[in-house]
Amino acid sequence: MKILVCISNVPDTTSKINFIENDTKFDKQGVQFVINPNDEFGLTRAIWFKEQQGATVDVMHVGRSDADPTLRKALAIGADKALRIDTDATDGFVVANQIANFVKENPYDLIIAGRESIDYNGGMVPGMMASVLGYAFVNTCVGLKIDGKEAVAVREMDGGSETLKTQLPLIIGAQKGLVEETDLKIPNMRGIMQARQKPFEVIAAKDINANTTVSKFEKPEPKAHVKLIAADDLDQLIDLLQNEAKVL
Amino acid sequence: MSILVLTESENGKLKKNAFEVVSYAKALANHQNTTVTALAINCDEPGELGNFGADKVLNTTLTFPYFDALIYSEIATQAVKQEGSNLVIISSSANAKYMAGILAAKLDAGYVSNVVDLPVFGAHTTVKRMAFSNKAFSHTTLHANMNVLGLSTNAFGAAENQVNAQVIEFQPNIPDQTMTQIDVSQTTGKASIADADIVVSAGRGLKGPENWGIIEEMAEVLGAATACSKPVSDMGWRPHSEHVGQTGKPVATNLYFAIGISGAIQHLAGINASKIKVVINTDPEAPFFKAADYGIVGDAFDVVPRLTEKLKALQIGSV
Ligand SMILES: Cc1cc2nc3c(=O)[nH]c(=O)nc-3n(C[C@H](O)[C@H](O)[C@H](O)COP(=O)(O)OP(=O)(O)OC[C@H]3O[C@@H](n4cnc5c(N)ncnc54)[C@H](O)[C@@H]3O)c2cc1C
Ligand SMILES: Nc1ncnc2c1ncn2[C@@H]1O[C@H](COP(=O)(O)O)[C@@H](O)[C@H]1O
Repeated sequence: MKILVCISNVPDTTSKINFIENDTKFDKQGVQFVINPNDEFGLTRAIWFKEQQGATVDVMHVGRSDADPTLRKALAIGADKALRIDTDATDGFVVANQIANFVKENPYDLIIAGRESIDYNGGMVPGMMASVLGYAFVNTCVGLKIDGKEAVAVREMDGGSETLKTQLPLIIGAQKGLVEETDLKIPNMRGIMQARQKPFEVIAAKDINANTTVSKFEKPEPKAHVKLIAADDLDQLIDLLQNEAKVL
Repeated sequence: MSILVLTESENGKLKKNAFEVVSYAKALANHQNTTVTALAINCDEPGELGNFGADKVLNTTLTFPYFDALIYSEIATQAVKQEGSNLVIISSSANAKYMAGILAAKLDAGYVSNVVDLPVFGAHTTVKRMAFSNKAFSHTTLHANMNVLGLSTNAFGAAENQVNAQVIEFQPNIPDQTMTQIDVSQTTGKASIADADIVVSAGRGLKGPENWGIIEEMAEVLGAATACSKPVSDMGWRPHSEHVGQTGKPVATNLYFAIGISGAIQHLAGINASKIKVVINTDPEAPFFKAADYGIVGDAFDVVPRLTEKLKALQIGSV
C-alpha cells in the first residue's frame, strides 16, 4: 500500500500570535514550528499501517525550505520519503491542486491530510484533493481499517459517529481518535540519524493561481475584566446572565 | 444570480444553523439586490425557510436518509448551475465542512471557512474570518468568480424575515453512491457541542470520572451539551467527542461554563469564539479568569450543585 501524508508546518500550540508589516504578515520571530497536530495523528496511523500490514509512507508539504526541519522530523518519526513542492502555499486551493497534480502522475492508495490546520483553519485541502482526483473521502476520521482494496472508516459527526465502507483510493481528514495522544512517536536518536539518509525530493510547482489571499490580519479586542461574583451569591450570577449578558 | 444557501436538517427537521445561513444570505441578498434560493435535502418543512428570508426553496428527497458528502455536493453543484449563482453559503457544521472542499473543487470556486461577518464589497471583496484557532481574524480577499462562504456558528444569528417562500421540487441527477453507511451511533436526547446554545465543560479540577454527575445534571437542567478539557478525555474520564480546544472540537456557543479548567492557551483557543464565558475555579490565579466574562472563585463541588438548584427554578431546559 502506498500512503501519502500531507504535512502542514504550523506554529506550536503555545505560540503567541502577532503580526508585522502593517498586520499583513504573521510574525515568525521566536515561534517554534511543528507538524500540524491533526497531521501528526495521521502520520502515526500511516506508520502503523507500515508496521502492521506493509506500506510505504511518503510525506508531502507545499511550501518553502523553512519547513524542511518539520519534514525531517516526519522522516525521523518513520516516514520513508519526504516531498516538498516548492511554492508559496497561498491558500488551500493552491495546496490541494499542487498535491493533486503530483498525485495524478504518482498515484497513492491512501492520502492522509489533517481535518484542518491550526493556523489557517481552512479545512478544505483534503476534500478538494478528493474531488479533483476522484478519490473517496472521509473527513473527521477517527478510525480506519483497510483490507485489500476495501476500507472501513469511522467518521465523527456533530452528534455521534458513523461507519462508512468504501474502496481505495481514499483520502481521509485525520484528527485525534485515529490514534491516541499517547501513541504519538517522539523521534529517537536512531530515527534522527536514519532520517538524514532518507530521500528528500524538492519538486517544481505548477502554475496555479490562488482563489483567495489574506489582505490583513486582526487581533481580537482585549477582553474587558472578568466580573467576579461571590460563591454564596449565585443569584447575582443568574441575574447577570439573564439581564446583562442575556444568554439565559 | 440568486445566492444559493445549503441548509441542513436532521430526521427531517431543519437545524438551527439552517436558519442562520439563510438569515445571513438574506442580508447579503438585500445588499446585492438579489434573491435567496435555499437547497433543502430530506427536509419535512422546507417552507419554514421562508421565515428567515428564503425566496425560493429547491426541495429534494433522497432514497437514503443520511448525509453523503459526495452526493450532497453533487446535488448542490447542480443547484448552483440551475440558479446561475456565483455565491454559495454553508454553515460550519461537521457535515458542511465535510462537503465544502469537494463542492469548491467542483465549482472551481474560492472557499472561505469560519466567516464571522458580511463581506465588504469594493474593487476587491473581502471577508472576515477566524484564523489561528480563534487567536486572530484574517481579512480574506476573494479572487474567483464563484465563491463558497462557510459561516461560523453563532456569528450572525438567525433573524426572522418573513418571505413567502416558493417551494419547488428539485430533481437532480443522483450519481451512484461510492460510500455506504454501515453503522451509525447518535448521542440521542442530548444536545451536541456543535448545536447547543449552552455548553457545560469541566476539567481536571473535577478529580475523577465518578464526579461528573453534577456536570451532567447542570447540563440537563440547562438543555446544554457537556464538554471537557483535553487531559480529561486523554485519561478516559470522558469520551473523546467531548474534548474541546485547539486540538479538539471548536466551541462557538452563546454561553460556556468552564468548571475546574485552568484555561491553558490551547483550551482557550478552541472556545474563544463563544460569546459569554463563566469560570468556576478554586484558584483565583487560574488563567481562565483573564478570558472569562463572569467568574466565581469557589469549589465546584460546592458551587455547581447549588447553581443547578437555582437554575432548575428557571426551567430553561424544558422550554
Ligand atoms: C499540543 C497540545 C495541544 C493541546 N490541545 C488542547 C485542547 O485542545 N484542549 C485542552 O483543553 N487542552 C489542550 N492542551 C492541554 C493544555 O495545555 C492543558 O494542559 C489543559 O487544558 C489543562 O486541562 P485542565 O484545565 O482540565 O487541567 P488543569 O490544568 O490541571 O487545571 C485544573 C483546574 O481545576 C482547578 N480546580 C481544582 N480543584 C477544583 C475544584 N474543586 N473546584 C473548582 N476548580 C478546581 C484548578 O485550580 C485548576 O485551575 C493541549 C496541550 C498541547 C501540548
Ligand atoms: N502547505 C501545505 N502542504 C501540505 N499539506 C498541507 C498544507 N496546508 C494544509 N495541508 C494539509 O491540509 C490539511 C488541512 O489544512 P487547512 O486547509 O489549512 O485547514 C492539513 O492538516 C494538512 O494535512
